[in-house]
Amino acid sequence: MQRLARISFQASDDSTTQRTLFAYVRTALGQTFGYSALLLVAVISLLPLLWMISTSLKAFGREFLFPPQWIPNPVVFGNYITAFETSNLARYFGNTLMIAVLATLGTVISSSLVAFGFARLEFFGKRVLFIILLSTLMLPGIVTLVPTFVLFKTLGWIDTPLPLIVPWWFGGGAFGGAFFVFLIRQFMLQLPRELDEAALVDGASYFRIYWRIMLPLSKPALAASAIFSFIHHWNDFLNPLIFLNSEEWRTLALYLRFFLYTEAGGGAGLTRWNLMMAASVVMLVPVLVIFFSAQRYFIRGVALTGIAGR
Amino acid sequence: MAEADQPAVQRHRRRARIFGWTWRETQGFLFVLPWLFGFAIFIAGPFFFSFFVSLTQWRFIGDLKWLGLENYVRLLSAEDQRFVQAVYNTTYYVVFHVPGVLIISFVIAGLLNRKVRGIAIYRTCFYLPSITTGVATAVLWYWVLQPNGLLNNFINIFLAPFGARGPNWLGSTTWAMPGLIIMSFWTVGTTMIIFLAGFQGIPQHLYEAAEIDGAGWWGKVRNVTIPLMTPQIFLTSVIGVIGSFQVFTAALIITEGGPADATLFVLLHLYQIGFTAFNMGYASAIAWVLFLIILFFTIVQFISAKRWVYYEGVRA
Repeated sequence: MQRLARISFQASDDSTTQRTLFAYVRTALGQTFGYSALLLVAVISLLPLLWMISTSLKAFGREFLFPPQWIPNPVVFGNYITAFETSNLARYFGNTLMIAVLATLGTVISSSLVAFGFARLEFFGKRVLFIILLSTLMLPGIVTLVPTFVLFKTLGWIDTPLPLIVPWWFGGGAFGGAFFVFLIRQFMLQLPRELDEAALVDGASYFRIYWRIMLPLSKPALAASAIFSFIHHWNDFLNPLIFLNSEEWRTLALYLRFFLYTEAGGGAGLTRWNLMMAASVVMLVPVLVIFFSAQRYFIRGVALTGIAGR
Repeated sequence: MAEADQPAVQRHRRRARIFGWTWRETQGFLFVLPWLFGFAIFIAGPFFFSFFVSLTQWRFIGDLKWLGLENYVRLLSAEDQRFVQAVYNTTYYVVFHVPGVLIISFVIAGLLNRKVRGIAIYRTCFYLPSITTGVATAVLWYWVLQPNGLLNNFINIFLAPFGARGPNWLGSTTWAMPGLIIMSFWTVGTTMIIFLAGFQGIPQHLYEAAEIDGAGWWGKVRNVTIPLMTPQIFLTSVIGVIGSFQVFTAALIITEGGPADATLFVLLHLYQIGFTAFNMGYASAIAWVLFLIILFFTIVQFISAKRWVYYEGVRA
């Protein structure tokens, strides 16, 4: 009996070692596989961007060399100067910046007001109104494309930046704007109610509570909204395409398209890809700067809205 | 709220009443008023007006001619061949784009969720393409998809031993759409981050419990991860379907719907009819048909959600 017990003990001991060894190998393999997969995806994510930058520094006619030349030889920084000199790039940059900043300002101010109303105050029909607000997010924007064009045409706003700015000053009244109200409201709901109730007892008005208590505490949500909004307007293409026709108010997105249109039509060998990529990099830089300086808020904002979907 | 505070709040509430509302209610209403105003002018009003316009022939300048349902009859009876083609193309895109994005972002988020060193760096890399969406991405990919562009440089590494070469993506009716779909997979960052947040919200003890029950890697994914991720999968799928039916920028910039209408999307067709030919009535009818298609798929998803989406362990 004793011997049998010992044998079985040994046997089980053996199999445990085997199992741990197996588990170890498997973990190591899993880790290796995991890291290689991550690395591959990272490379796929970054390569096109790096290629864009690389091409923007290449000499004309050297963009399509095979095998691909990653580090340009010669490096032509002058492409950027040429891109600015041969077009009104600076003007388009300014236009885009102005539109994005004003629209973002309106979005943050008005959305936070509306979000505060939905997060903290009680009024008749609040639940229904909030459901309507959310359902506008489900509504495809194209349905209203034609009538809003008609509306702005009637107002004489076509070919001015107003259609791209004014709707965003109505807290979620613009298409897709409800997203920001939702994001800020979700954040405000998490803040302790004791704060505003104490202020109320002290005789503060609701506007004062909004301005002095809720706004400062909601900074992360406001920052996330501002960043999302800015990047949205900076990259926006459909709306400028429809509401702006003249060169005067052309945005960077419109210019890039215009450039591709006139250039690519000029025959394959004549397209100045290096200048096009330089203009694209110019368009990307502000977005990248914002992204890297405020990444924290960015990722949190995406995560916040995702979790809110539960 | 403490008992002692009551009178002060009461006093505050007892002020003026407007339309029988307390001052507090009135203020609540005032706070959301900007939205109500904007909603009426920029969303609700145009929404109904566009249905009215869709029942007419209207070239914006000149008179409006009442057509009744004629525009719709023309669309649904397949008289407009290009519209049929556009619906087919858009469906093709949605069918591959939405599940593709979900699967790719799910896998990437899963890889990132394994106590990876340098997770923040990877996350940044994966998210970076998403912030460049729009024209810059389209211009960039116009180039990547050239016959001797970056994608083919990559593909030819694998095809060269067989004596084959990557296709002329944008010049071929067969490959133009797959090219645009591949391009759309480059910007999965947002979905990926939503999934990653979801993964990190799954309580660890559930995995431990599954391990005690003898579940392996796949068992844990199938019985713990996927069920608990269904709310995120549902959310991103609904948003994805709504968004991808309205795909536009890439096609307008890269292919202009070509070659031979192979990448003509519904919204592109609408744009050409409404804002190039200024046929507002017909364009509005297209918008409404697309709206109803999107609405149909959204409702189907919401109904089916009851069967497969779990909220905190309970079915929706």
